[in-house]
Amino acid sequence: MLRNMALAITATGLRKTFGTTTALDGLDLTVEEGEVHGFLGPNGSGKSTTIRILLGLLRKDGGEVTLLGRDPWTDAPDVHCRLAYVPGDVVLWPNLTGGEVIDLLGRLRGGLDATKRAKLLERFDLDPTKKGRSYSKGNRQKVALVAALASDVPLLLLDEPTSGLDPLMEKVFQDCLREVRAEGRTVLLSSHILSEVEAVAERVSIVRKGVVVDTGSLADLRSLTRSTVVATLGTPLDLSATRAWPGVHAADLDPTNAQRVTLWIDTDHVGEVLRSLGEHGIRALTCQPPSLEELFLSQYKDDLAEVSP
Amino acid sequence: MTELDGTGPLLQLAWRRDSWVVIASVLAIVLLAYSSMAATLSLYSTDAEARAAAALMSATSSVKAMYGPLPALTAEGVGVIKTITMGGLGAAFLAHALVRRHTRTEEEEGRLELVAAGVVGRRAPLAAAVILAASAVLSTGLLCALSLMSLKVSPAGSLALGVVVAVAGLVMTGVSAVAAQLTTTTRGAGGIALALLGLAFILRAVADTSGIPVLGWLSFLGWAERVSPFGANRLWILAPAVVALAVLLAVADRLLHRRDLGSGLWADRPGPATASPRLGTPLGLAWRLQRGALAGWAIGYAVLGLVVGSLAGSAGAIASDPKTAEMLRKMSGGHGSATDVFFGTELRFAALGAAAYGMSAALRLRSEEAPGRAEIVLATATTRWRWLLSHALVALGGATLLMAVVGTAAGVSAARSGVIGVGALLGAAASTLPAVWVSTAVALLLFGLLPRRSAMTWAVLAGFLLLGELGALLKLPDWVQGISPFAHLGSLPGGPADLAGAVVLVVIAGGLAAYGGVAFGRRDLVS
Repeated sequence: MLRNMALAITATGLRKTFGTTTALDGLDLTVEEGEVHGFLGPNGSGKSTTIRILLGLLRKDGGEVTLLGRDPWTDAPDVHCRLAYVPGDVVLWPNLTGGEVIDLLGRLRGGLDATKRAKLLERFDLDPTKKGRSYSKGNRQKVALVAALASDVPLLLLDEPTSGLDPLMEKVFQDCLREVRAEGRTVLLSSHILSEVEAVAERVSIVRKGVVVDTGSLADLRSLTRSTVVATLGTPLDLSATRAWPGVHAADLDPTNAQRVTLWIDTDHVGEVLRSLGEHGIRALTCQPPSLEELFLSQYKDDLAEVSP
Repeated sequence: MTELDGTGPLLQLAWRRDSWVVIASVLAIVLLAYSSMAATLSLYSTDAEARAAAALMSATSSVKAMYGPLPALTAEGVGVIKTITMGGLGAAFLAHALVRRHTRTEEEEGRLELVAAGVVGRRAPLAAAVILAASAVLSTGLLCALSLMSLKVSPAGSLALGVVVAVAGLVMTGVSAVAAQLTTTTRGAGGIALALLGLAFILRAVADTSGIPVLGWLSFLGWAERVSPFGANRLWILAPAVVALAVLLAVADRLLHRRDLGSGLWADRPGPATASPRLGTPLGLAWRLQRGALAGWAIGYAVLGLVVGSLAGSAGAIASDPKTAEMLRKMSGGHGSATDVFFGTELRFAALGAAAYGMSAALRLRSEEAPGRAEIVLATATTRWRWLLSHALVALGGATLLMAVVGTAAGVSAARSGVIGVGALLGAAASTLPAVWVSTAVALLLFGLLPRRSAMTWAVLAGFLLLGELGALLKLPDWVQGISPFAHLGSLPGGPADLAGAVVLVVIAGGLAAYGGVAFGRRDLVS
């Protein structure tokens, strides 16, 4: 499974408990150098705990973890020179201005690119002269983002970095991430905003209850799940026969138009199904690969079943 | 909806969050009142003995500066004198902590916003906080009175002690309510209110020692003292205290209606867009965060030193009465003159304050960790040790600076009367430092070992204070009294220094701090 590439992050069988709560229950995670890796999961699934262990802020109870080839607990300062971190809930010093915090964090990390800093302040439309206590949630987030993105470090650990950002700034953030990727830097992007991950990530890991339940490239993951085909046909279709076609999971007729059919099929059977449909004379057709949202929901449908009556 | 809607539920919420702290603090003050009276009564078997001791105390200017004049030259007078000051201050601190915590802190952390969006009137949070604080100090006063009555002393005097506690606590409730409206931060509100409390204390001390007693009416702690339990028993002083509370609350209410939620009366100004070169290291950050508070303390300590030093002349005058001088010498363990004893007492008390500064500065570590600010610093190349040491250095260095300031200021102002030199007082101030450092190290230890319980540091300091104030009176065994590092400081000025004791204390301080650092290095960051 591992390609012949250097690994920025490896975690194997990572375990962490807080009192009686098990936060991580044997989590495995691999992030290759130079990729943007989406780290997906609902609230409380263990994303932040994992990132805090990667930062050496929490101590693992079991398993193995390396960050840029080092142990994040014992070699924390060496590793931290080469990474930047943005937490999901940025708390600033009430009496320091945003500009001071950006400079401070940059210097503590070992340096900061002044040109980048100025550019980022402009792109994110952030006033650096305001005091920490007078920033809104989104603006506090921007302070940490500018501090992280203005550094030249090879690894970015972003824990739900865009919470509180408006859609415009969300777009700026995605542009920045694409640039970071183009520079060959590595990003671990924890999020539950699927469109954001879909827009920038090459590979994703989906975490649930402290375990990674699925990991791979977006294309790989999509091939494991179902595409939706909607076709308007020349001749009517026998639904029960259609359901017996290989790869078809479900089929449905439009109640107002008997020639319009919706099929849910395994993504790797799309070709065969289209050939079979062709015998009925296709007039219009849409074929949608599964969205990340569907991938995500398919992993969580047990949980959804538990909450819905 | 009226502006007081929701006061009831908010009061319940406050009680649900703080009941244990309130009950423990109230009982501690009551215990102080009861045990000092009970121990004093059992100390003197005859009235004559009590009168002699009372006469001595009332002639000692360190007692006057610290506690004020004795309300009566009787055993009851001796038994109540410490409670007048310590109980009054205790009630004032309790009232202040409660008001601040349930108004400005809630607002600063954004929790009030959540609450204010419900059916909660504009005045309700302040009203709930004031009701909680006032009830706490009134209960303290009542329980103090009842506990003394159980000792079969004069009921009027007992009640008057309750009034002392209530006066100090009620006025401080009002002061804190106003302070909470002025700034946007808990720290700022606390600074204003506690500076006023300090000013009230100094005014009272000056009034009692300078021969201008009328000055004492400017200080609400002076009012409390003038209730004079077991002496004049001026219960009526409760009335002006209630009026003062009402006026202060009216002011707070006006301010409340003139500002927005989350803001103070003084708006924030924009600051620099880039950081100064000094703000680039953990120590630079710690200094930037703590310098304001340290400057405030240093100014307070300079004033304290000047005031204490200016009393040197009157302290020396007492020594001219040979009989008193002889008793004083006995009291101080046979070392030094009345002037020496006076300065020794004052400086040791200042050292407790410097210890409180050291602890609060060290606990900055915790208030950086809990909301997550430590996390973003420790995710940089900053090591845990370096981060811990930067705040520890500010705490230890700041506390040391405070003792240097108070010693120098006292020395400079005392040198004018020629009874004692700057060097002697600076040396005496320095001799208290090992105990100050041990106290600060206790905060570092608790931060490392029990981060979520690190506020227990304050209970440790209260323990040191009570051991010093009551240990001898309660005839506690030497080893129990010796738990307090302040019991091992020698008898400067005048007497010998305890060099061995100092070395042991420094080693203990180093050990506690190092253990705290190691424990911090091994644990998770916790919110």
